[in-house]
Amino acid sequence: MNASERFFRAVETTGAWLLALLWIAPLLYAFWAAFHPSEYAVRFVLTAPLTLDNFVRAWDFAPFARYFLNTFILVTSILAAQLVLCTLAAYAFARFEFPGREIAFLLVLVQLMIVPEILIVENYGTMARLGLVDSILGIGLPYMASAFAIFLLRQTFKTIPRELEEAARIEGCGRLGVLWRVYVPLSKPTYVAFGLVSVSHHWNNFLWPLIITNSVETRPLTVGLAIFGAPESGVDWSMISAGTLMAVAPLLLAFLIFQRQFVQSFMHAGLK
Amino acid sequence: MFIGLRKAARAAAVAALCGSVMSVPAMAKDVELTMYYPISVGGPLTKVIDDMVGEFQKENPGVKVNAIYAGNYDDTRIKALAALKSGQAAQLSVLFSIDAYELMEQDAILPFDDVVETDEDKAWLASFYPGLMENGVIDGKTWGIPFQRSTIVMYYNKDAFREVGLDPERPPQNWDEMVEMGKKLTKPDGSRWGVMIPSTGYAYWMFGALAKQNGEVLMSRDGKQVYYSNPGVVEALQFWRDLAVTHKVMPQGTIEWGTLRQNFLEGKTAMMWHSTGNLTAVKNDASFDFGVAMLPGNKEPGSPTGGGNFYIFKNTTPEERKAAMQLIKFMTAPERAAKWSIETGYMGVSPASYETEALKAYVKEFPPAAVARDQLQFATAELSTYETGRVRKLLDDAIQAVLTGSKQPKAALEEAQAQADRLLRSYR
Amino acid sequence: MTSSRLNQVYGWLLLLPAAVLLVAFTHYPTIRTLVDSTFSKSTATRPARFVGLDNYAMLLDDPVFWQVAVNNLIFALGTIPASIGLALVMALWVNGKLAGRGFLRLAYFTPTILPMVAVANIWLFFYTPGIGLIDQVLGLFGLPGRNWLGDSATVLPSLIVMTVWKEAGFFMIFYLAALQAIPPELKEAAMLEGAGRFTYLRRVLLPLLMPTTLFVLVNAVLNSFKLVDHLFILTKGGPNNASSLLLYYIYENAFSFFDTPYAATLTAVLLAVLALLAAGQFLILDKRVHYR
Repeated sequence: MNASERFFRAVETTGAWLLALLWIAPLLYAFWAAFHPSEYAVRFVLTAPLTLDNFVRAWDFAPFARYFLNTFILVTSILAAQLVLCTLAAYAFARFEFPGREIAFLLVLVQLMIVPEILIVENYGTMARLGLVDSILGIGLPYMASAFAIFLLRQTFKTIPRELEEAARIEGCGRLGVLWRVYVPLSKPTYVAFGLVSVSHHWNNFLWPLIITNSVETRPLTVGLAIFGAPESGVDWSMISAGTLMAVAPLLLAFLIFQRQFVQSFMHAGLK
Repeated sequence: MFIGLRKAARAAAVAALCGSVMSVPAMAKDVELTMYYPISVGGPLTKVIDDMVGEFQKENPGVKVNAIYAGNYDDTRIKALAALKSGQAAQLSVLFSIDAYELMEQDAILPFDDVVETDEDKAWLASFYPGLMENGVIDGKTWGIPFQRSTIVMYYNKDAFREVGLDPERPPQNWDEMVEMGKKLTKPDGSRWGVMIPSTGYAYWMFGALAKQNGEVLMSRDGKQVYYSNPGVVEALQFWRDLAVTHKVMPQGTIEWGTLRQNFLEGKTAMMWHSTGNLTAVKNDASFDFGVAMLPGNKEPGSPTGGGNFYIFKNTTPEERKAAMQLIKFMTAPERAAKWSIETGYMGVSPASYETEALKAYVKEFPPAAVARDQLQFATAELSTYETGRVRKLLDDAIQAVLTGSKQPKAALEEAQAQADRLLRSYR
Repeated sequence: MTSSRLNQVYGWLLLLPAAVLLVAFTHYPTIRTLVDSTFSKSTATRPARFVGLDNYAMLLDDPVFWQVAVNNLIFALGTIPASIGLALVMALWVNGKLAGRGFLRLAYFTPTILPMVAVANIWLFFYTPGIGLIDQVLGLFGLPGRNWLGDSATVLPSLIVMTVWKEAGFFMIFYLAALQAIPPELKEAAMLEGAGRFTYLRRVLLPLLMPTTLFVLVNAVLNSFKLVDHLFILTKGGPNNASSLLLYYIYENAFSFFDTPYAATLTAVLLAVLALLAAGQFLILDKRVHYR
């Protein structure tokens, strides 16, 4: 390595680290504010005493336990429905010949562009007619048939050699049996990838849940957090930071522990 | 609309049928009430409400109350109306006092005149401060009962006053004094401003105070006319702008409602205009000596009233209405109003609440607690019209346009006036 | 029934559950949006009636709509190139041999898994004049603070910065995946031929990354129209609509003003924009395939 290269490398390393610090600064601040008394929320004194008081206050202030439960039910039910519905649909697109298949596939892809967020007004009306306003099912329903999942799984299924299917057929598997015994197991990385993307997306989703939920019994964490931290109620950054950390903790921990898996999964989902 | 009208009518009919059928076996007279309520100031207010509701349930075992905190005033109105439209139960709510027209137009609420029966009830209706009833009485009927009510007051940092040689017991009485003192209090390095008036969230409300002080009101009593472009109103907006640009006692641009309290507590402004509902939160967190005063006047003193009223929804059974009335009476009774006032800073809603031992003692120990009430005699109704959301936003936008320097007061307000006229024309 | 016939039935049956939901929550509402945009607002006293294109005329007359449209354009132009460019730089760094790249990758990716509403409150602290972090840092250097979110000139750029922060790490992942698929021999060969690092980047890497860039581009464009969560916390579209975006304006009209027809009209505009984008994407993709 010559001198100029070494110089460039040093500049790049510095730049990369500065950017990284900038990128985690909000999180660092949240830790600072959450673990120090509120007098120190906007003052950075190294000798500030540590406290867990903000977490206690936040926990008492809003029904976080309920919000956690709601979010948990929400993301698991969406994911379960997505896996089932989209596997079936992707199987149909990948391995069955039927009239209208190409058009149907195009119509599915429409959802990649016209995402449910855009259609909040009409979907709210539909939910009201179905009596599903303020229900967890109402939050999840528009997302359960995911064009992204169908697309991803179809691509994966198509790469699986037909010979495997035929072998399973000879052993007496029906169509669904083949799907279950051959296609699903061989597509595991895609499922994991999609699962992680879906969970982190719906854990963080806000606009539609905000609109469709009215009560504590259905509000997911994001909506609860937004109401809890609404600036109108006089911003108390210590408590908000504590609440924020609690809300992101499960996902953040999972991410820290399985970070390689996470990153690989997101990559995998993007590659198709 | 979200549900076709005919469908809604059918649904309502079915619901009514089911309701009457189902209420027969439920002879135990258990009534379940759902109410939404907003919070727009600091402090642990949900706790206070939950406690009060808990007490009520203890005294009235037959009634179960779900009190749902739904965010700020706008969020709460949206949620309550959305719940009603999608056929969910909600029998009463605390909503913005100025939502009355919108709620009437949506045919969502019931006048209290239809619910009160006894003379005692009628006397109760007359027991509140008349100033707080202004936004709730329309066409001679009472649609809203005052609950979390406020006026704007001026919080000031007495230590800062002392520091620059001002008398800490003599806050500014009028605009000129406020500017004068503000100049003394403003530090040239920008580390402390003289005064801050918030201009996000509820800009029209703050502006209602400035207009009133300049001898103007913003709308007609019937909610069908606004006076945005009156010369006195334009002058008031010019003054607000001047505070930043000419007098340099306030930062330029808009000032965030939510973070302003923090700014005041950090000593970044010597005076702030804010809801009296913030009083207890400021009291608990201030590390310096602070005072609370009535807003300075110009032609006259003044502030709009603000805050939330109780409403009863139309789509309710007689039993539910009765239970709702019980709850509202309980929540607004003098002792509760006193407790509420002490824990938050909001006003006691009736003269009787200031006669309770608790509030008397509190005011004696902490005189700022009475400022909002004393100011009530100079108060005017808060901006409230038909199409209130849009009409209000027009004014908010005009104010923000002027404060950020993108429009002149006269042009901005005339534009807002013209657009508001267009919206309100069909109601006249 | 023949087996191919049976296969056809099977295919449709498998598709059916997903198709029902897709039709109910994507296609039906899309059409219904267009229908609703031709009706007037209904209130308890005045039922809705057919008004043809009146709502569209109102839209053209609505200064707030134009401002919001322009804002959205600026927001898109501000966020898309910046987040894609940064994502590429991050990916190159993380893929290289820099010290601590495990940590770097972690740091860059973190914003992706934090909910926007939650971090918006933290960014509110950064931007708050006087006591906020940015003003405190500026103060250290003796620079005056600014009213970042309270000034129409700085509010949109402030939100753009925050959005770039949120998005770049997500896009980085896709570049990283693409970079890891490129055989290292390619670089060696290029270097042997005397190409400098920048030449290699420009002549070899960027063309190879083109499909990824396109994929990321589509995502970024879509995000610039659907990402409005932060507005609920930070500005509510203010001051004077200076930071409002189309979807937020739709929300306001539908749920604050209860004007469903006008919200539907705005949604129709948004749908038209997305349709144009989809068409454009097809054309570009076509060209690219042709080019190959």
